[in-house]
Amino acid sequence: MAGAKNHDYHILPPSPWPLLCAFSALVLASGFIMYLHAVPYGELVGPLGFAMLLFCMGSWWADVIKEAHAGDHTPVVQLHLRYGMILFIASEVMFFVGWFWAFFDASLFPKAVDVVGGVWPPKGLTPINPFAFPLLNTMILLCSGTTVTWAHHALIHGDRKGLKQGLWCTIALGLLFSSIQAYEYIHAPFAFKGNIFGATFFMATGFHGFHVIVGTIFLAVCQYRAYKGDFTPRQHFGFEAAAWYWHFVDVVWLFLFLSIYVWGGWGATYAA
Amino acid sequence: MTDTTANAHFFQKEEHHEHHGADHKPGFFARWFLSTNHKDIGTLYLIFAITAGIIGGGISGLMRAELAHPGIQYLPMWAHFFGAPAGNDAALHFWNVMVTAHGLIMVFFMVMPAMIGGFGNWFVPIMIGAPDMAFPRMNNVSFWLIVPAFTLLLGSLFVSGGTGNGAGTGWTLYAPLSTSGSAGPSVDMAILALHLAGASSILGAVNFITTIFNMRAPGMTLHKMPLFAWSVLVTAFLLLLALPVLAAAITMLLTDRNFGTTFFDASGGGDPILYQHLFWFFGHPEVYIMILPGFGMVSHIISTFSKKPIFGYLGMAYAMVAIGVVGFVVWAHHMYTTGLDVNTKMYFTAATMVIAVPTGIKIFSWIATMWGGSISFKTPMVWAMGFIFMFTVGGVTGVVLANGGIDNYFQDTYYVVAHFHYVLSLGAVFSLFAGFYYWFPKMSGKMYNEFLGQAHFWVFFAGVNLLFFPMHFLGAQGMPRRYPDYPNAFAKWNAVASHGYEVMTIGMAIFFVNIIWSLIAGKKAPANPWGEGATTLEWTLSSPPPYHQFETLPIIDAEDLHGRDRRPPDRV
Repeated sequence: MAGAKNHDYHILPPSPWPLLCAFSALVLASGFIMYLHAVPYGELVGPLGFAMLLFCMGSWWADVIKEAHAGDHTPVVQLHLRYGMILFIASEVMFFVGWFWAFFDASLFPKAVDVVGGVWPPKGLTPINPFAFPLLNTMILLCSGTTVTWAHHALIHGDRKGLKQGLWCTIALGLLFSSIQAYEYIHAPFAFKGNIFGATFFMATGFHGFHVIVGTIFLAVCQYRAYKGDFTPRQHFGFEAAAWYWHFVDVVWLFLFLSIYVWGGWGATYAA
Repeated sequence: MTDTTANAHFFQKEEHHEHHGADHKPGFFARWFLSTNHKDIGTLYLIFAITAGIIGGGISGLMRAELAHPGIQYLPMWAHFFGAPAGNDAALHFWNVMVTAHGLIMVFFMVMPAMIGGFGNWFVPIMIGAPDMAFPRMNNVSFWLIVPAFTLLLGSLFVSGGTGNGAGTGWTLYAPLSTSGSAGPSVDMAILALHLAGASSILGAVNFITTIFNMRAPGMTLHKMPLFAWSVLVTAFLLLLALPVLAAAITMLLTDRNFGTTFFDASGGGDPILYQHLFWFFGHPEVYIMILPGFGMVSHIISTFSKKPIFGYLGMAYAMVAIGVVGFVVWAHHMYTTGLDVNTKMYFTAATMVIAVPTGIKIFSWIATMWGGSISFKTPMVWAMGFIFMFTVGGVTGVVLANGGIDNYFQDTYYVVAHFHYVLSLGAVFSLFAGFYYWFPKMSGKMYNEFLGQAHFWVFFAGVNLLFFPMHFLGAQGMPRRYPDYPNAFAKWNAVASHGYEVMTIGMAIFFVNIIWSLIAGKKAPANPWGEGATTLEWTLSSPPPYHQFETLPIIDAEDLHGRDRRPPDRV
């Protein structure tokens, strides 16, 4: 057949979303810089760019879901999506390597300056007690890892009710984790500015927290799709990607907990 | 090279119907702005890279004009033109701005888009027998993200960077110059430009790895894959694992600059050297990102025009893997003078020299490929041979600079400038021109002008060597980098270098005349203009290829692997 597709790959028609996403990113970045330098309307342009970006990404992924329903996601295309997600998570791991590098540079070789005093945790600084809320948060995330697996198994075995219950539990645990982190940030006995302990702590756990929020939204989208009747026991990569991402976020937390909270606060007097 | 074509046969002859259904193209706007076609996106990348190259190359022309004579000639005028405040400091700051812009543009907006975005997009899917990339839509966002990134970077030239207008931090953005040393939005714009360019490259890396692992034609195992696809595979892994670390580092710059963190501020317990570690953990793989695709292209060109399969195919493939792996553990050789202890310097010296082994394997294998071959000295071939010679010069000075002790004297001198321009401007750029001439007939459907191509090579070759070779002498005599002025003792070789730039400019003019002439009046290119030596799959398609190639996948036979039959005799 002349010009007939004779393979299982996905050849796509033109799409406006890449161009619009890139333009939204320009608006977001420009607005952010305007905000940083107190340029008028920066506090409007930035959020506008962010909203545009969210709209474009949402529309893009809605197209992906439509294509999946149209049967474009053949086994080999599903394999592409798996590779894509795993590689994306690998790059995310390297992003966190950067923040851990900063933390270990500061903590293994504490500087002999006033705010650190040549010891870690820095002299006179009160870290957060890792065996209070942080340990609870560890338990919450580990627990959420099991509930998302429950949802996955329910989905595979055609148990739609179990899928929704498992997802509700996971989303609730994710929100609980974020809420506890917010409480901890508000009541932290050390500052974000002016000392390397605060910088490494807040940026590393902050980026983790951001990933928890993104993962929670990802799971919430899966829940919405579950109620819409999406996902079959055989084909549900959107759910699996969300679960993989959630496990990644979980593992990052374990490293954060052990190195920054437990080891990084070891020997200090904790806040009451 | 991988001898896939000679034995690739099709279920049906694709050539007979390519101008019907497979060639249906969308309208102009949809085709070029909303594209999901790897060849069109590759073309967009090449046009972008040439545009950025003109801007980045123009900036280096300004620098060579200023450096042609001792004393300050033009800087105040140029700084004024870019709207800098009056005064000597702002004018001198503009020198740093030019150094920074030249470096960032050439690395992120010329070499990378041309190598990976341009040639990678065009030829990786075709060479592995795939109809397109794995994620055609994401491919387009990779391209379009570098446009806002470039917009931000160019915009940064016109806003305050502290002392004057523009970011004057060098392409490395070292703290504390890039944090407390550069007030104003300019450096923030440069940082966010890198964030966007980095996101573009990470998405591109995901796309290439997935494509190469999952979309090879039936029968094409990894060990039969053309070396250019191998080179892009290794490059994509380097991008995937190195760029996120840069993203973290420049995010720390952003928070140090704007939100009061102290990652790189010693008074807050931070460490400016940490930035250098994070940067070069990215930066050293980055230099291999810029050269590995060139290695791949040169392998095909040397093999094609020697009419021989590449010597030591598997060794060539795994040499690139080795360069990629070892490239991650040598970063501190950029930091010998930061006070590293002796044992650390010894390790990084030894590890750096180890890279000369796989690199040597590649150089000698290219020579062995030519040895005894029936060589035709067409334009792509002379560029590829020029690449081998020039890259070897740069590699040899690299081995010199790898020594922690010697580097104490050469750090931040023109010797280093000479070294990295020999591997990049004369290595990476020569391979880009080689690839451009090699594939121009395939991409455009028109033959380039052979005489103009040869003239371009010889004028450019003479120009860049006049330009960069004297920098070795200047560096050995102690002339430091990144200064707009110098003592009279350095006048002679600086004058020679600036004249070299003029010669190189003539070479570039010939190049542009050649492109325009060839696109308008070039002879129609046949499917394979290079004859029996060109064995990869792109030469089985028409020139230019159909809009969607391989709608029926090619089958790669088991026999005749890389020009040799590896099956046991009883099975032949």
